[in-house]
Amino acid sequence: MTDQTPVLRLEGVVKTFPGVRALDGVSFDLRPGEVHALMGENGAGKSTLMKVLGGIYDPNEGQIYVAEEPVTIASPMQAKARGVVFIHQELSLADELTVAENIWLGELPLKSFGRVDWNKLYADTDAILETLNVGFDARTRVGDLSIANQQMVEIARALTVDPRAVIFDEPTASLTDAEKVVLFEVIADLQSKGVGIIYISHRMEEIFKITDRISVLRDGQYRGTLNTAETNEEEVTQLMIGRKLDLSRNESHHELGDVALEVRDLSCGELFKDVNFQVRRGEVVGFYGLVGAGRTEIAETIFGLRDPSAGQILLNGEEVRIHSSMDAIARGISLVPEDRKGQGLVLGMNCRDNMTLPQVDDLTAGPFVSDGAEVAIFDQYRDKLDIRTPGWRQTVGNLSGGNQQKIVIGKWLSMHPEVLIVDEPTRGIDVGSKSEIHNLIRDLAAQGYAVIVISSEMPEVLHVSDRIVAMFSGKVMRTFTSEEVTEDSLIQAISGLEGDKVA
Amino acid sequence: MNTQNRKDLLKQGAIWGFIVLELAFFSIAGSFLSVTETAFLSLDNMLLLLQQSAPIGIIALGMTIVMINGNIDLSVGATFALAAIVMLDSLTWPFMQALGDWAIPLSWFFALMTGVVLGAVNGLIVWKTGVDAFIVTLGSMLGFRGLVFMYNGEQPTSHLNWTLVDFAEAQFLGLSTASWFLLGVALILWLLMTRTVHGRNAYAIGNNRDAAVNAGIRVGPHFLLNFILIGFLAALSGVVFSAGTGSVNPNDGMLYELWAITAVVLGGTKLAGGYGSIVSTLGGVIAIQLLRKGLGHIGAGTEVVNLVIGLILIVVLFLDRQLNRKGKEELKI
Amino acid sequence: MAELTKKGIGGFLARQGILVAFVVFMVGFALANQRFLAIDNVFGVIRSSAILGVMALGVTFVVIGGNLDLSVGSMMSFSTIVVLDLHDKLGPTLAIPAMFGLTLLLGAFIGFLVGYLKLNSLIVTLGMLSAIHGLTLTWSGGKNMDIADKEGTWFSVFGQGDIVGIPMPIIIFALLAVLLSLMLSKTPFGRKVYAVGGNGQAATFSGIPRARVVFLTYLISAFCVATAGLLQASRSLGSQNTVGQGMELEVLAAVILGGASLLGGSGTVFKTVIGVLILGFIQNGLLLIGLEFYVQYVVTWVIIILAVWLDIAAKRGRLWSPIA
Repeated sequence: MTDQTPVLRLEGVVKTFPGVRALDGVSFDLRPGEVHALMGENGAGKSTLMKVLGGIYDPNEGQIYVAEEPVTIASPMQAKARGVVFIHQELSLADELTVAENIWLGELPLKSFGRVDWNKLYADTDAILETLNVGFDARTRVGDLSIANQQMVEIARALTVDPRAVIFDEPTASLTDAEKVVLFEVIADLQSKGVGIIYISHRMEEIFKITDRISVLRDGQYRGTLNTAETNEEEVTQLMIGRKLDLSRNESHHELGDVALEVRDLSCGELFKDVNFQVRRGEVVGFYGLVGAGRTEIAETIFGLRDPSAGQILLNGEEVRIHSSMDAIARGISLVPEDRKGQGLVLGMNCRDNMTLPQVDDLTAGPFVSDGAEVAIFDQYRDKLDIRTPGWRQTVGNLSGGNQQKIVIGKWLSMHPEVLIVDEPTRGIDVGSKSEIHNLIRDLAAQGYAVIVISSEMPEVLHVSDRIVAMFSGKVMRTFTSEEVTEDSLIQAISGLEGDKVA
Repeated sequence: MNTQNRKDLLKQGAIWGFIVLELAFFSIAGSFLSVTETAFLSLDNMLLLLQQSAPIGIIALGMTIVMINGNIDLSVGATFALAAIVMLDSLTWPFMQALGDWAIPLSWFFALMTGVVLGAVNGLIVWKTGVDAFIVTLGSMLGFRGLVFMYNGEQPTSHLNWTLVDFAEAQFLGLSTASWFLLGVALILWLLMTRTVHGRNAYAIGNNRDAAVNAGIRVGPHFLLNFILIGFLAALSGVVFSAGTGSVNPNDGMLYELWAITAVVLGGTKLAGGYGSIVSTLGGVIAIQLLRKGLGHIGAGTEVVNLVIGLILIVVLFLDRQLNRKGKEELKI
Repeated sequence: MAELTKKGIGGFLARQGILVAFVVFMVGFALANQRFLAIDNVFGVIRSSAILGVMALGVTFVVIGGNLDLSVGSMMSFSTIVVLDLHDKLGPTLAIPAMFGLTLLLGAFIGFLVGYLKLNSLIVTLGMLSAIHGLTLTWSGGKNMDIADKEGTWFSVFGQGDIVGIPMPIIIFALLAVLLSLMLSKTPFGRKVYAVGGNGQAATFSGIPRARVVFLTYLISAFCVATAGLLQASRSLGSQNTVGQGMELEVLAAVILGGASLLGGSGTVFKTVIGVLILGFIQNGLLLIGLEFYVQYVVTWVIIILAVWLDIAAKRGRLWSPIA
């Protein structure tokens, strides 16, 4: 640690998109040999910042310094050439090619006539893989590897150069504990070589375990840097969300009606097994768990998009077979899907048409779609949900994330469902819209809807739910009422640890 | 991982298994139904088959690399015709006639350069405008055909050069000139796709373009090179074909693009790019020609050939999808 | 292909650009040749474009639904041959519905493969191009098909007749265009076609029966092909087996020229009609100023590339592609 020149420094970086200031004067520095956490809520600007660093976006203002030398980075390759390497969250591997080819993608070793030097390629790759201590070799096809091993291939890529700075973007999202240990060893090893590491993660326990400093972004702005040793979770959270972490439980209980939806021993192959739960009218049931715990798959099964391999679904006490989304809708089930852009909206369509899509068959005058009826529905839910758009003709793709989500919610509310399932309702949405949507969910329950909320954010689940179902690896671990739930017991349950049965 | 390997093996072996099946079927069926006396499985017949599959085969091999790269080329039929016309016509130019037999390599050079230029035009448009290759080459299929007609109107272009005919009909080690070209091209492209950086990058681009771009692979030049290659090969196919016949119609080569794509898909190359092999395409080409000849051998006409090839293409697609299904629990979308 | 996604920022001008180009073209040719805009010439052009046009109407549905149909040319040959053959065997009154039935059956088969079995439409219709050609040859025995009594049949009315001086093919084309345009832009079904082509997964999550919608687009396409076959057969009263060969790509060119994206979800019947007319008038205009018919191929090439290029350039906000 003799050389304390920052390996990477940003000064006043600004990046704007039409209508959004995604990065608003961000400055921070990365010292050699430190692990520097970058934190912020979804949409705070972390990924934009990474894309600026990686040369995918051009910053509008500001300057990037690598080893105190002002640079412009025009491509990921240039970033790599300067020793700035990314380990992406979304794997960017070619799955038909071998591990070696992926690691050296774009810079395969050459012989004469443009031939690949396979011997060198495999030897170099195996050398890198050895340091990572993985159970596969250079010739394995990447498509045959598990997600965790594919992540290791991504990491191996960073080791092909002598990196100055390595940026890990949510590297542990799909790793098991044993794999995490290997990852942390790799990070420690890099650290000891004087490499600066930016570590992006939502997982506080990891952050406090391995990082030296923590920088926080909120709404595109730099909110400060803390020394990890001198701070605690609460302070970081406060910086991230601008207020204290609201872990308040939902207090208001409505009068509960009959059981609207009941699921008995529902299984779908390996995705989830023997799931049991009930949802009453006027009740919000939260599903909490890690990514991949099987929550979304349960919702999709209830919505008729997956065939259960065993078990029953009962609506109003009557067993039903739901074979398609049409069936589900006809029986009064609505699903606000997780992937807003991929599953929720037709981005090229206007706001009105998106909102009325599931019921367009019923909005007719003669053989034609009735403009009046459609606009009436749109206007009603625009006002009710406070959707901000210049008009119904606006293409949905041009709206902000929050307004897009409200279009999807409006779409399903206008169907007057008996059971409403919302999957990650506030992902990528600004704080203001978030609490609006939370209030909306409570209101819906008050009106007698049976609501299921799937979320990976603990405050959200605690805030809206009457009861919380904790899932781990395709199984329901425990069901809590909002009175008995504690953060610890919830975290234990979703980590697969059997807590005491009685809270 | 084991099932995966088995699937891969099944995929790569499937086309050869199909060929064996065809051979067995036509040999046995032929002995009952044949309209001629000759045996189907005779060496001469097989060598002839290889020779006959050369024109489409050479194009299909080029199509494979373009499709692995994630593109497609619908203009190959027109390139085929134009190159053939250029070769035959250039032999009648006064200065060329003065050269005697030396005019032949020069005429080949002109024809092949025509293909290179047309391929480069396609490649540059795809690269620089960002318009999808399907649309670009759909346009140039019309445009290049227009050039063919503009060259010599609706008249066939003919020029018989006996040296050329002798060359086309020559045999070496039992294989005809056209067969040698087919096998030679297959060997070179196989080396290109499995051994060189260009080939591996072409796979990477077709497989995951964003990843390739992020890794600093320049996508455009690879596109361009592959389009130049297929232009060259379409021209080569035209040259080899017309060397023997000495005559070419302005409509020659029509629908070749569709036949070539059929062979490539039969060989298992993915339409979306990133997966496929030259050797399997060669199998696809042979399988189609075998089907044509075999059906002819047992007395079926072109109508049955068309019907069978079309349906086989669909069945292959169906089987491929069944093979890649994730089982019952997958999302029904 | 990320640059092909529909953003619609500056796309408006580019989308109307094709109309502007059309007008400029018409004015240019009108100035170059007096006869170009004469009523009989205009009728002549539309009439000769009608067959291609009718097919393009159906393919518009398929393309907006996010698929391709390369089998329409081959299928049109089939319809033509079948109706001509049945004309002499069953009489025109029965031959026409029988031909429509058989063609729709083919369309239903393709629709089943692409819609319900979810097979790639490019390959399926490529295979069907070949298979249907085989069927046609089987039906005709490889011979040209001719109506025995060419003078005495009322069958020629569709291709050669007229109402108050307007040729029948134009009337049929126009009627079908209006009908299908209303269907696409005003009915729930039309809305679903756009949704399925624009984002099939979102359509499924919205309770739209994606498979059925795709299936129906192919039925519509087959219906249009059958109509085109009827026009073709009625006009010539005799036909080769290959009468529609190569038309699949011309039809697609017209649809693309009209601005439909091959990715699905965009395009209109009206724009396709413009695309068809542009192709027809280019051909005619070039002939009138004394150029050979094949010059139009080259001109069409340039126009298609320019039209699509400018369209996506406007959407991405820059002329040259970002491909490195």
